[in-house]
Amino acid sequence: MSTAAGRRHVAVVGAGPAGLAAARAAAEAGARVTLLDAADQTGGQYWRHPAEPLDHLGPDDLSVQHGWRTYRAPDDAVRSHPSIDLVTGAQVWAAEQHDDGPRLHVLVGPPDDLDRDALTLAPDAVVVATGAHDRTLPFPGWDLPGVTTAGAAQALAKGDRVAVGGRVVVAGSGPFLLPVAATLATRGTSVVEVLEASGARALARGWLPSPWRVTRSAGKLIELAGYASTQLRHRIPYRVGSAVVAAHGTTRVEAVTVARLDGGWTPVRGTERTVEADAVCVSHGFTPRLEVAIALGTRITPARFVAVDDRQRTSNAHVWAAGETTGIGGVDAALAEGWLAGHDAAGGDPDTADARRAVHRRQATREIAARLARAHGIRPGWVGWLSDDTIVCRCEEVTAGRLRETVALTASTDPVSVKLTSRAGLGICQGRMCSPAVSSLLGAPDALEARPVVTPVRLGDLARAGSPTTKRTTSHGTRPGDEHSTPERKDTP
Amino acid sequence: MSVVRNPAGHFGGDRPDPVTISVDGVPVTGRAGQTIAAVLLAAGETSWRTTSFGEAPRGLFCGIGVCFDCVVEVNGLADVRACLRRAHDGDVVVRQQIRLPGATS
Repeated sequence: MSTAAGRRHVAVVGAGPAGLAAARAAAEAGARVTLLDAADQTGGQYWRHPAEPLDHLGPDDLSVQHGWRTYRAPDDAVRSHPSIDLVTGAQVWAAEQHDDGPRLHVLVGPPDDLDRDALTLAPDAVVVATGAHDRTLPFPGWDLPGVTTAGAAQALAKGDRVAVGGRVVVAGSGPFLLPVAATLATRGTSVVEVLEASGARALARGWLPSPWRVTRSAGKLIELAGYASTQLRHRIPYRVGSAVVAAHGTTRVEAVTVARLDGGWTPVRGTERTVEADAVCVSHGFTPRLEVAIALGTRITPARFVAVDDRQRTSNAHVWAAGETTGIGGVDAALAEGWLAGHDAAGGDPDTADARRAVHRRQATREIAARLARAHGIRPGWVGWLSDDTIVCRCEEVTAGRLRETVALTASTDPVSVKLTSRAGLGICQGRMCSPAVSSLLGAPDALEARPVVTPVRLGDLARAGSPTTKRTTSHGTRPGDEHSTPERKDTP
Repeated sequence: MSVVRNPAGHFGGDRPDPVTISVDGVPVTGRAGQTIAAVLLAAGETSWRTTSFGEAPRGLFCGIGVCFDCVVEVNGLADVRACLRRAHDGDVVVRQQIRLPGATS
């Protein structure tokens, strides 16, 4: 118990669907809550929206949002609840487990600015709701300007009302490609085609068996049906078993090579065709953002998710996790898991009607994750579209050929050794973009080692954050509960 | 009352105000609330960084602050993620290339 009043202090990292639900549930169960998000708005990537008062958003803004009312309810609750301190623009740059509980080190202010406020939290419980980012497999030319992740196109269209291009190819795998294409079409882009790498057989294997089970997650199905009808309306071709295997251009993408893939995602020779495009949006599913969870010492599953029990508890007794960090299950799963995590982290009764309902809702969404993996999971044949000069690590500009040479020279497929020799994964993104691809290329399992720094920060920030004159750095002498008193707090309309 | 701190703040008004930033000395106009990356892309720019080794052009890639490919100099400070930083009137943006020792020039 960290406050004079004896209430538990729960810190929630991430204000997307899972984090919003967690913060609300924790406060309603009696805890004092600090909800942190690196962005300057709540909603995460799923409910990303223009930076204006929500009531000012237009019909075109809302038409690209799904479940907007589902967002407004917890968002309003979070903003009006007296026990919730919402801190936006809050980048957690380090997390540590101390003997008496977790510490979160946070910089608050505009992204990458100097002189951000340093904030250190020493909560009783942390709910990790950090979400996921796009996973994009490398292909020749993917480093050309105009090639982005599908998530980038979505974020730009939803948050900034800007389309990545005028003539766009959307490619990769997974149902997320459909809303991205639909959003782009809404923003006036011509989506030339949508290419799904998985073939009809894999899609049927994932989605067709026991369809009555899918209807239990009716929300997701309705969502998919909505995208399908939008696509029909805009007449966007959706081709399965096809991929962008190369992008071409000098200073920006001008065209792509599209090829058919076999069931193992190996490009089929002789099926290549050229498609002109000024932007290409490519994603092959999602990678959870595990940095905070790893820094707090939670157990990670072989599939690279945070291991949680039926109450969203991790292997660290002070840490809960919810949403995409625990498995790619979509918004309904994130909301149910977030609620359970927040409720339990606050010490809420696990046997209330609300708790049982949340458990039931989460069960109903579990089926989706397995189906996603069966239908859209990455198949090993993709390495067939790499050439020796294809950049794999974008930061350090390490090519596939260099990686293969390194393996041959050092006779090692150990990712750490290959990284140190080739420099792949040692750049500013710290391997977030290339790590899964490097591991696949080496035929080794992902070896995402614990990283002491959760997100890259400037040395100057570290110096300031650690200096004794910093306003809010908690030391052992600080009275618990004082650690987030914030002199420059201001209410936002 | 719940305390909401929002360093960037909401951008008021029914329609967002125009903002003008300077990009390598050339004025570029976008809308308040847009990120620097969005202002640049809307103005037809696709790259604003040159890589250190291969001297290749780079711009937006992940769009959500993970890849650091879109970093740019803003008001004299290098390595600011253009996809995260909101454009403010008068921001001075300079395309970024940091040459490393040993890299080809």
